[in-house]
Amino acid sequence: MAVIQEGIQCEILDQLDIVWERPGTLYDIENHYCPGCGHSVVHRLLMEIVEELDIIDRTIGVAPVGCSVLAYHYLNIDMQEAAHGRATAVATGIKRVLPDKIVFTYQGDGDLAAIGTSETIHTINRGENIVIIFINNGIYGMTGGQMAPTTLAGAVTSTSPEGRDLVTQGNPIRMSELVALLDGSYYVTRQAVNSAKTVRKAKKAIKTAFQYQVEGKGGTSFIEIISNCPAGWKMTPLESNQYINRDVVDFFPLGDYKLPEKGI
Amino acid sequence: MGKKLLMKGNEALAEAAIRAGLKGYFGYPITPQSELLEYLANELPKRGGAFVQAESEVAAINMVYGAAGTGERAMTSTSSPGFSLMQEGISYIACAELPCLLVNVVRGGPGLGTIQPSQGDYFQAVKGGGHGDYKMIVLAPNSVQEMADFVYLGMDLADLYRNPVCILADGALGQMMESVEFPEYNIEDHKVDHSSWTTRGRLNGRDQHYITSLYLDPEKMERINQGLQKKYQIIKEKEVHFETTETEDADYAIIAFGLTSRSALKALELARAQGLKIGLLRPQTLFPFPVTAIQELARQVKGLLVVEMNAGQMVEDVRLAVNGETPVEFYGRMGGMIPQPEDILEEITKLINVSTDQMGKDS
Repeated sequence: MAVIQEGIQCEILDQLDIVWERPGTLYDIENHYCPGCGHSVVHRLLMEIVEELDIIDRTIGVAPVGCSVLAYHYLNIDMQEAAHGRATAVATGIKRVLPDKIVFTYQGDGDLAAIGTSETIHTINRGENIVIIFINNGIYGMTGGQMAPTTLAGAVTSTSPEGRDLVTQGNPIRMSELVALLDGSYYVTRQAVNSAKTVRKAKKAIKTAFQYQVEGKGGTSFIEIISNCPAGWKMTPLESNQYINRDVVDFFPLGDYKLPEKGI
Repeated sequence: MGKKLLMKGNEALAEAAIRAGLKGYFGYPITPQSELLEYLANELPKRGGAFVQAESEVAAINMVYGAAGTGERAMTSTSSPGFSLMQEGISYIACAELPCLLVNVVRGGPGLGTIQPSQGDYFQAVKGGGHGDYKMIVLAPNSVQEMADFVYLGMDLADLYRNPVCILADGALGQMMESVEFPEYNIEDHKVDHSSWTTRGRLNGRDQHYITSLYLDPEKMERINQGLQKKYQIIKEKEVHFETTETEDADYAIIAFGLTSRSALKALELARAQGLKIGLLRPQTLFPFPVTAIQELARQVKGLLVVEMNAGQMVEDVRLAVNGETPVEFYGRMGGMIPQPEDILEEITKLINVSTDQMGKDS
């Protein structure tokens, strides 16, 4: 026993105090994400929250097609793997027949904002009481770095080799701004996971969204998370995190887009 | 059995689904199945189920996937163009082995086609439709009564085999009114324990359950396929349903399913009145197909006439079963046209004349 502060005693285990532990719901295995990728961070945040809210026994997640297609191998909770773009439809099916369960989707930008845009908009417009976690890294990572609906103007990808040309390839789409306009959305926020500070804020936002669902508060919570893709962006992890600060948040400003009490 | 009611086929099917314990319906309006959607919109929420009008058939089938993955009874219904949109989702459902009921009230195609009845989606329903090696169990009703009966059968088979079951109806069966009786059905007697695989949260700290159709390791993916094929083989052995009419002494026989079998039955009566010994075999399951029954019939008769509301789809399966044992002729109408009994009779007469001429030449 050591006395850290007067009146408080704690046990010292081995040589070091444990300041952080892997959540028990995060499988202790090697994952397939590239070094420095934000997916792993968001996975951890999600499982910390599921444990903190004590909802492991009633949470069902829906994985997308994209880099996180195998999320159920890392998140030790019940999950369903959806067809490309259909995660929110799958989540609707689950939540409607089991309204007491906690249901969330985990989707990338190609899944949610290209092939699944219809499902995204209509699920939120119906105000399905689910949480949507939207990982926006501006690229198709799994298929090898093609242009995504959220790729920034001028950004070089394997299908925009001269840089995204807005005239021929369209504009990057701002989903948080868009879905905040839908009457069915309840809480809409854009966060990032490129620094310790933004990770802490992102966790708070995700936890708030889950709490709303646990409390049965109406509507869909939409948490957009600006993430990096060092491999797809052809940057080091550090450069990719700096690029988010320098360029990405200019086009995709962080912050709340709809709060339950305040509206848009 | 309860009392007799006069109902449209679509409504009888919807009512049967509620009585069979439907917990989630997900659908999109399309003629000629919209009464099904409307009936469930009115009735299902009052009677313990969730009704969702989806934004598309693509969304609807994926909602079914989600709901079926919880082990609750789930279904959708649509008509041909909508069923085409659902094919990707059905392939996922088949691979993930999720029990559910899918109704296709077929209309004439291809393309936007017509809203009149057709059997042009036989191949799509029986041969797969979506990508990969999979099978739905396909039930083909020919009356409003069977539109109801096959819902109970279909939901039970879906649960028993963890497989999508398709009711392949057509626009006329959906729209026409006939008397129907709903059988006594207690869902508790038909419940299958799905607790070993359903996703409902890790209750009492049990191990994780997940539902997927993704197996990147080809050896594993082949094992999944082998498991599916083994299941389909058992279904082929155990779940064949068909009906025969006056085949015992038949010299020739008609093979027809669904609405077409009603015209064929009338043609049979006309033929018998002329002293022609005609029989009728009606597959009630299209997968599994009544191969053995057709083989036995082929050995008995001098010729078979297959009648369909398409360009000739089931006839290919009949020819595979018959394997040259007896001549197999085909008569079909397309684009929403229904074969008339008189026309079928004429085709039978042709078949008899051709085969009699042939026998004359042979002897």
